[in-house]
Amino acid sequence: MSPSTTDSSEQIGAVRSDSPSRNSAAGKPADGRAAKEIITLDQHVVEIVSDAGEGAQKAGQAFGTISAKMGNGIWTVEIIPAEIQPPPRNAAGASGIRIRVGSSPITNSGDAADVVVAFNEMVLTGRLESGALKPGCIVLIEDKWREHADPEIAASYVQVYDRMIKEGLRVYEVPMEVVTLQHVDNPMRGKNMFVLGMLSYLYDRELELGREQIRFVFGRKGKKIVDNNVALLEAGYEWGQENLDFQFRIPSAKILGPQIVSNGNVAIALGIMASGMDVCAMYPITPATSASHHLSEIFENVGGVVHQAEDEIAACGFAIGASYAGKCAVTITSGPGIALKTELLGLAVMAEIPLVVVNVQRGGPSTGLPTKVEQGDLLAALFSTHGDAPKVVMAPATIEDCFYSILTARKIAETFRMPVLVLSDANLATGQQPFPRPEFSRDWLAPPIDQSALPEGTPPYDWDETTGLSRRIIPGQPGGMFTLTGLAHNRMGKVAYNRGANQEGARSRSLKLAAFQKTLKTPETFGDEEGDVLVVGWGSTQGAIHEAVSRLRKDGASVSSLHIKFLQPMASGIGEILKRFKKVIAVEINYSDSLEDELIDSDNRRYSNLAFLLRARYLVDVDSWSNVHGEPLQPGRIEAMLRQLVEAQ
Amino acid sequence: MFGLNTLSSIEIDEPQYNLSDYQSAVPRWCPGCGDNAILTAVQRLCRDEQLPPEKTVFVSGIGCSSRFPHHMGTYGFHGLHGRALPIAEGVKIRRPDLNVFVNMGDGDCCSIGTAHWIHAIRYNMNLVVLVHDNQIYGMTKKQASPTSPKGLKTNTTPHGSYTEPLNILSTTLGVGNVSFVANAVEWIPDLLYQIIQQAFHHRGLSFVRIAQRCPHFMPGFFDGFMTDPNRCLLLEHENGLQVPENLTKVYQKRVDHDPSDINRAREVAAMSEAEPIGILYRNDRVECYEDSRRPRKAFSVEARREAINLELDKFAVHVGSRNGQNLEQDASHSANGESGS
Repeated sequence: MSPSTTDSSEQIGAVRSDSPSRNSAAGKPADGRAAKEIITLDQHVVEIVSDAGEGAQKAGQAFGTISAKMGNGIWTVEIIPAEIQPPPRNAAGASGIRIRVGSSPITNSGDAADVVVAFNEMVLTGRLESGALKPGCIVLIEDKWREHADPEIAASYVQVYDRMIKEGLRVYEVPMEVVTLQHVDNPMRGKNMFVLGMLSYLYDRELELGREQIRFVFGRKGKKIVDNNVALLEAGYEWGQENLDFQFRIPSAKILGPQIVSNGNVAIALGIMASGMDVCAMYPITPATSASHHLSEIFENVGGVVHQAEDEIAACGFAIGASYAGKCAVTITSGPGIALKTELLGLAVMAEIPLVVVNVQRGGPSTGLPTKVEQGDLLAALFSTHGDAPKVVMAPATIEDCFYSILTARKIAETFRMPVLVLSDANLATGQQPFPRPEFSRDWLAPPIDQSALPEGTPPYDWDETTGLSRRIIPGQPGGMFTLTGLAHNRMGKVAYNRGANQEGARSRSLKLAAFQKTLKTPETFGDEEGDVLVVGWGSTQGAIHEAVSRLRKDGASVSSLHIKFLQPMASGIGEILKRFKKVIAVEINYSDSLEDELIDSDNRRYSNLAFLLRARYLVDVDSWSNVHGEPLQPGRIEAMLRQLVEAQ
Repeated sequence: MFGLNTLSSIEIDEPQYNLSDYQSAVPRWCPGCGDNAILTAVQRLCRDEQLPPEKTVFVSGIGCSSRFPHHMGTYGFHGLHGRALPIAEGVKIRRPDLNVFVNMGDGDCCSIGTAHWIHAIRYNMNLVVLVHDNQIYGMTKKQASPTSPKGLKTNTTPHGSYTEPLNILSTTLGVGNVSFVANAVEWIPDLLYQIIQQAFHHRGLSFVRIAQRCPHFMPGFFDGFMTDPNRCLLLEHENGLQVPENLTKVYQKRVDHDPSDINRAREVAAMSEAEPIGILYRNDRVECYEDSRRPRKAFSVEARREAINLELDKFAVHVGSRNGQNLEQDASHSANGESGS
């Protein structure tokens, strides 16, 4: 990937000899210690890549947490290979983490990396080839491979090393293993903390925060493990001090109020707990499962149950049964799981059972990209169930939003007696971000259901003429006995095939969406309310889109963006906003045909999900810009695309 | 009768709920359908046990038998083909106070719902599961079911079905954790009632397979069993079925079967020459899933607040006045944060 040459912010992280932010003289003093070059930055992207099992993610998360504690904005995202144990030294098997640190809040994982720590050269080649590294990127690489007993490995290392030098990367060889072995027997257990120490020096992190983090992460494993890891952290820091002739400073902004830092899946788990729901049924599926891991640990503390069902279908049925018998229940899954659940989702729609369904999307179709991001389930969320099955579909845009979306989803599900689908994705699932600590409110918990006795013959589906809403009756309520059915039924819940009854039922279920839609606020446009180009996005891409749009707006371009949280129903006023721009483009991590392909023209072009939806709903010519590389959208790429678009206007 | 206050003595014994409390719409099963007998037995059980209709839920899948909840005066959940069990489990986990019954057909339970059937036995929730086994798909008009006998001609097996039937009882008894398995036939109402009653009183998953006539698509199929009492083997035991005296003359083929003996139960289940009737296996010591997953205490809003705050503490970033920067924060939350890290 070539970096944008027009963008000034691209240079923020660059370390160049003529950089104006250098504030100390270069050159080595007589004692051999490097003179420090202190470089002040707005933000930086750091990657740690290793073989699976070497602890890169643990080190990176700690680095992110320490940075957040120092008041920096952060976003961490895991680089996950698709296999649990890919062969070591494998370009495709890179397991690692990216940490973006900034002076102000960070909303996405950014563009190419400024600094990479690599445990071997092979995992690095994968990153090089996928364009993950910025030209001139600083590489800190384990040096043991140069002298490796296997001549092929040694040759491979030298080859990659030479290539990196030739390509202008600034490579520093680090004796990670040698130093680590001075403290522990197994370098697999500890190299990562050496790296954490080294990065702590490089970014001038407070060492004590590192120690605190180690105590938190390894505390349960005993004092010896903690001590070893602290020693390694210090060794890494020391090594940096002695061998690196530069140091970065990323000043932090003033933070008001307490913060928490978590990834999206943990935020979802916390949201489930905070919402007052107490049954979560699931079946393991990547990348959704870690939400239920976390929940399994904590849910019983509030009387909750995480039920691992025998399959996705059973998980959905279990949640539906629990919802029917009490308050609302939740099921967590990912794309293929949603496909299996669709029949039961239809039942929940037809029988008007409140249900929260979390879909942590991954690439599809089929098993697709299990560990990688895509937003491909939008239309499936709206339409995949057979028949006319109106349900609410919403998508959190940030980690914080993952938490609050669950609270909202439960409220909607119970008020409108219907399933609510919450579309998170792999980007949010593993991304870590600090956000203001939620302050517990009684309102988080839905009010108890009125369980008083009902007059004999109370209709269980007493649809209101205007809103389609009806009172919810649950088992245990005297007088309310009825049989709920997925068959077409009348107001009494009785199976009814006559044309009037089905029409009335379908109308009522549909009206509920309109009634809910009336409660939605028009989303705010980011930027001006009218202009040349409007970018429309949804879900986890908000941060990257905002950053790209901001960069263009700084240069005076007439670009705005609109982020849609409720995909079904959509809030009023969106159509008017779209019409105020000369060009509207949907940006998302989904496939769309490219007009550059010979066969593709405006008649046969398949648009990405959001573009399809907006075109259908608002009769506006919405263009598509999308990709399915399995990576979070990079602001730089969106920016480059928008520049072309603006120039064409 | 003189001098007796008949009114008060009658009042004491009068049940609060009558049969009519458990009856709903007139069943629309075919004349002679065995489901009617099962419905009658169950309604009688509900009346005899005085189950409050509002505290009783019948969950079913799809098929003729699955119309069952519509004919009860209780709560009912007529769900999806094969999915009755997960739904019933969800009901039970949230509401152990409810009496939950499950009605399924042989196709429902043993074909599309096989995974749920096997795993329901594994979970062992306190449910009464009634499998109406007529060995044919009735609602979709005569296709082979997993329990159809080999050679049966149906719309999907015009040359006769190719496979041996699935033995529901053997399969159920093969799952570790099984806690109650019984077999009944709907045409002996007394025994059917008694078996369902024992299933109801068993705490755990009570699995009852009921041979059921489908006069429309399997006419005369069970006639052999009905006309020749020797093709029924009654499993008697002091801890199991007690055969009423009026039946002992007819059903001469009876054995003493101790339902605590799983090996013998498996032998009985595998019999092909006769239909075993009674309690094949019972083990009260199998733990119920809902018991092991129930909270040990009640949760108030305050307790929830506390638990949630404790959880948030684990992820708290307490930004101090570090690194020479002036950072503000709420002191009280800082204190909370310390406990988590």
